Amino acid sequence: MIIFVQTLSKAIALGSIYAILALSFVLIFKGTQVLNFAAGAISMAGAMFMSILVADAGIPFLPWGNPLAPDAGDTASIPMWLVHLVIALMLAALLGLVLERIAIRPMIGQPLFTMAVITLGLEIAIRPFNLDAVAITGRSVGIPWGTETWSVGGAIFPKSYLAAMVAAALAFVFVFWFYRSRFGIAMRAVAFDQEAAMAQGINVGRVFAMAWALGAALAALAAIFFAMAPWPPAGNVSLEIHPFWVFRVLPVVVLGGLDSVVGALVGGLIIAFFEIFAGQYLAQWTSILGPGYSTIVPYLVMLVVLLIKPFGLFGTEEIRRV
Amino acid sequence: MLEIANLEVVYNEVILVLRGLSIELPDGEIVALLGSNGAGKTTTARAVTALLDNHNGNITKGSITFDGRDITNASPSSIVKGGIAQVMEGRRCFGELNVDENLQTGAFTNRNKAAVAAQYDKVMELFPILAERRKQLAGYMSGGEQQMLAIGRALMAQPKMLILDEPSLGLAPLLVQQVRDVIVELNREGMSVLLIEQNAMMALSIANHGYIMENGKIVMEGTGSKLLADDDVKEFYLGLHQDEGGQRKSFRDVKHYKRRKKWAS
Repeated sequence: MIIFVQTLSKAIALGSIYAILALSFVLIFKGTQVLNFAAGAISMAGAMFMSILVADAGIPFLPWGNPLAPDAGDTASIPMWLVHLVIALMLAALLGLVLERIAIRPMIGQPLFTMAVITLGLEIAIRPFNLDAVAITGRSVGIPWGTETWSVGGAIFPKSYLAAMVAAALAFVFVFWFYRSRFGIAMRAVAFDQEAAMAQGINVGRVFAMAWALGAALAALAAIFFAMAPWPPAGNVSLEIHPFWVFRVLPVVVLGGLDSVVGALVGGLIIAFFEIFAGQYLAQWTSILGPGYSTIVPYLVMLVVLLIKPFGLFGTEEIRRV
Repeated sequence: MLEIANLEVVYNEVILVLRGLSIELPDGEIVALLGSNGAGKTTTARAVTALLDNHNGNITKGSITFDGRDITNASPSSIVKGGIAQVMEGRRCFGELNVDENLQTGAFTNRNKAAVAAQYDKVMELFPILAERRKQLAGYMSGGEQQMLAIGRALMAQPKMLILDEPSLGLAPLLVQQVRDVIVELNREGMSVLLIEQNAMMALSIANHGYIMENGKIVMEGTGSKLLADDDVKEFYLGLHQDEGGQRKSFRDVKHYKRRKKWAS
């Protein structure tokens, strides 16, 4: 029972993080009709910004150093850490803006396939910067609550799990609010009928930029909270976050539907449940594969979903396919 | 005052659609632009509101001025800000947005919240049906309601001039009547209207001035009543030809060569 509860909390935490990353994917797809395969690299870059801000004494590019840097690395106070988090997210948003401007905007109107390949190229182009910055050992993202846990009736719950859930909740509240705001309505209008939106005086370029900035910030948020949880990178940005991170989000968005916010949440939770529970139980009960189940089960789910409900649980049915 | 002078528009760099089109739309008037399919009516609307880019079209010659300002190469948003709003052909409501949100997209260029709210009330007064459907998705509304929504959405930008591209398209006669009344009502409040139509009877009955387009050029112009009385217009646009005996024409013995257009095209 204890193991079940612990597994459940882990699944919800991972699901929350997947949901945030999927949200970034969904926002960019909804706003610009681009499948953002660069989400992995962008999110890791965001986590790296965080690490640079929190762990290094100074921002490397500034001679006068980082005025916000906490005195002792990991034991930053929570308010200070949140300030850093916000700055890191803004830097990630800036990265999103730059990428949109140089790589996506000139390609507006090109086939979906071309755009997807361009983002794939971006992923690979950003990767060396990330790997170079991380090096081999990994960098701290400075968790204020460290590896502290709560224990309830023998079951152990890391505080980072709750943090991930709170972050996801805030991210979803924000996106729901955004969808009803002036720019959010403009974004949905552009998604539905670009020319008609232009005829209303909506600046489509600015809407695209907005979608990418928000998408990149959300991706960064996901990677930061992924790095904080007590699974392998455990408090660090490391190489382990990165490879295939974006391919982990594919089952989530395929299950939830490429353009659905609710789908991102539900898909994230379901896929994380499959992944964590398969890793916990199937590995014990069967003799083959062992811990490998957690890696493959999400993709098996994706396969089944694609076969029986190609547009996902909440997706719009007429979405074009790559 | 909108002035289009010698406008030439080319699609895909090869297809010449407008060949030296000139139109004037004085303030506070209704001007009808008539023509058969492919004459270039919608292209004219696109040229004025800078939507040619979406269709790979370019203005190669001529100019468009609005209130003395050259808007030939302006951006769509600056044109809307400048006071020209367009109701596009086929309504083009945002089906996934509800009525209120659709109207909000129309007010995108207007940052003044009080003015937007006042305009919203005005649109609701003009189209009571929208007030009943405020939270309904536009995609589920009937064609007539969508047309009202599309006009309301354009009005949300508080334009000085409204371009209506085939507002009667696909509407029942009663609804066409209603759209016509709305246009007259708006015009009475001082709005200038460029009415692009195939329904010549409806358009000319309310227009101060009418233009007839063919193959990207104006082939005929005149006041609404003059055009309505013209034999060519009657024959080719209104289908009201009466033969010598004063009887309605029976299409069984139509001989098209009997009567040729007097204008060269």
